[in-house]
Amino acid sequence: MTTGVDLGVPATQAIRSDEDVVRVRQLVRTTAVAVRLSLVDQTKLVTAASELARNTLIYGGGGSAEVSTVEDGRRRGVRILFADEGPGIPDLDLALTDGYTTGGGLGLGLSGARRLVDDFDIQTAVGEGTRITVTKWSR
Amino acid sequence: MERVPILKIGDILLVSIQVDMSDQTAIQLQEDLAERIVATSCHGVIIDITALDIVDSFVGRMLSTIASISKVLDAETVVVGMRPAVAITLVELGLSLNGIRTALNVERGMELIAASRADEPDEGADDEDTETTATA
Amino acid sequence: MALSAEQGGRLAHLLSQHADRLTNRWTEIVASSLRGRLSRAELARQVQELHRALVDAGRQGVSDLADEHGGELRAVLSELSTNRARQGFSATETAISVFACKDALLELMEEEKGDDTLRDFVAFSALVDQMGLFTFETFVRARESLIADQAEQLLELSTPVVKLWEGVVAVPLVGTLDSARAQVVMERLLQTLVDTGSPYAIIDITGVPAVDTQVAQHILKTVVAARLMGADCIISGIRPQIAQTIVALGIEFGDIATKASLADALRHVLRLTGVETTARRPRRES
Repeated sequence: MTTGVDLGVPATQAIRSDEDVVRVRQLVRTTAVAVRLSLVDQTKLVTAASELARNTLIYGGGGSAEVSTVEDGRRRGVRILFADEGPGIPDLDLALTDGYTTGGGLGLGLSGARRLVDDFDIQTAVGEGTRITVTKWSR
Repeated sequence: MERVPILKIGDILLVSIQVDMSDQTAIQLQEDLAERIVATSCHGVIIDITALDIVDSFVGRMLSTIASISKVLDAETVVVGMRPAVAITLVELGLSLNGIRTALNVERGMELIAASRADEPDEGADDEDTETTATA
Repeated sequence: MALSAEQGGRLAHLLSQHADRLTNRWTEIVASSLRGRLSRAELARQVQELHRALVDAGRQGVSDLADEHGGELRAVLSELSTNRARQGFSATETAISVFACKDALLELMEEEKGDDTLRDFVAFSALVDQMGLFTFETFVRARESLIADQAEQLLELSTPVVKLWEGVVAVPLVGTLDSARAQVVMERLLQTLVDTGSPYAIIDITGVPAVDTQVAQHILKTVVAARLMGADCIISGIRPQIAQTIVALGIEFGDIATKASLADALRHVLRLTGVETTARRPRRES
């Protein structure tokens, strides 16, 4: 399931169940170790991935996570794309507010995950789905 | 699905989470623990998370819920062994784990529970040399 | 402008034919610019090595420094400039070691004027220019990594975590706290709490000249993280100006214990742990 990830060769993990969320965490962890993120940065990234994978499962009705390593000349990083074809997010600003939840959680998933990564990009359309890309760079 | 084992040591239930829990496993643990508290009438629960390399908002909420449930069942919960990287991440995530008592390791956790039991007047208050770990 | 295979051959020929004379002149020019900071023998060795690599590259028909035949030459150049960067030479001094080749070459070519001499010289000098630029780039890269290494070493040096008492550790912070350093301090403090099993930590900021919002945030986060792990932090050594800044910035320290001095903080912790301290115990003097 988890394979060695080389630059530019993304590994994809489907998110269909609880166990898949665990697998996403493990895949992200292996990749983060390979890119030599610091322990704290690894922990932050894996935590963010866990939040976002769970969102994909609960709110997006399942989807996938694509994990790849990236480089910008000076440093390397891990990029994860979470994609679902769920209902989308009608009010993005509201969804990114601390404590806002529709799923009975703590409402820290999106907003918290955004604070844990370096780059955060979200594209969503009602009725079409949501794509969230996050990147964490090595220091 | 994996199940997290619950050990009884004296008056204390010890839960040492050793696996990367799925959400289902976490919910199961919450239920198992409530049942064991009642069945054993223990007054202290120690949850050892030394082996956990992340705590996300779901696990955080589970810990809070366990603390609240055990409070209702007259048992004190202490979460022990949180790793520095996990603590830093939780702060950044904005999760404060309100209402949860924490200690650095199992030993300190047991002292904490012993101290808080000793404070209650009805129990045989053997005031052992309690090196209280003050928590806010 | 690129060197043709023919020109490459001619360059190699010219260079090897007058090898001694050329390297001597070359070394001479470089030596005068370095003013004795590198021994003549060492310099001659470097120049000869460059010369050999340049001859080889010419024979193989190098047309551009970046192409496959330039590999060996690039390796020699980057070794030269990395060494110079580490030895503290300036970028100009390093580049002259390469550019001096042109002067030496020009002198030679003036003696053997032929139809293609001017064209050849322009092409050769384009190659030497490329070599010079490459040297400069490697030099800068070497310097940057040197600076990064030193910054890291400084970071290591400047953040000690000391054990004050059984169950009490302290971090005396000295100097400006930036984001990177604050993070290192934070991680190291928390790790020490785990390693020593200490439930108390004192963060002493006597030596911190200024506190801005960011630094205050880092300290606050450390305190909250320590609490999550089951340890308490006390902040000591807040100077009057810093106290004023904290209030002016509207930073909430909440219920975090603050003490004026490290001694006060330690006394506070010892009282909490139940250790008796008596301030008025008479000193036993002999």
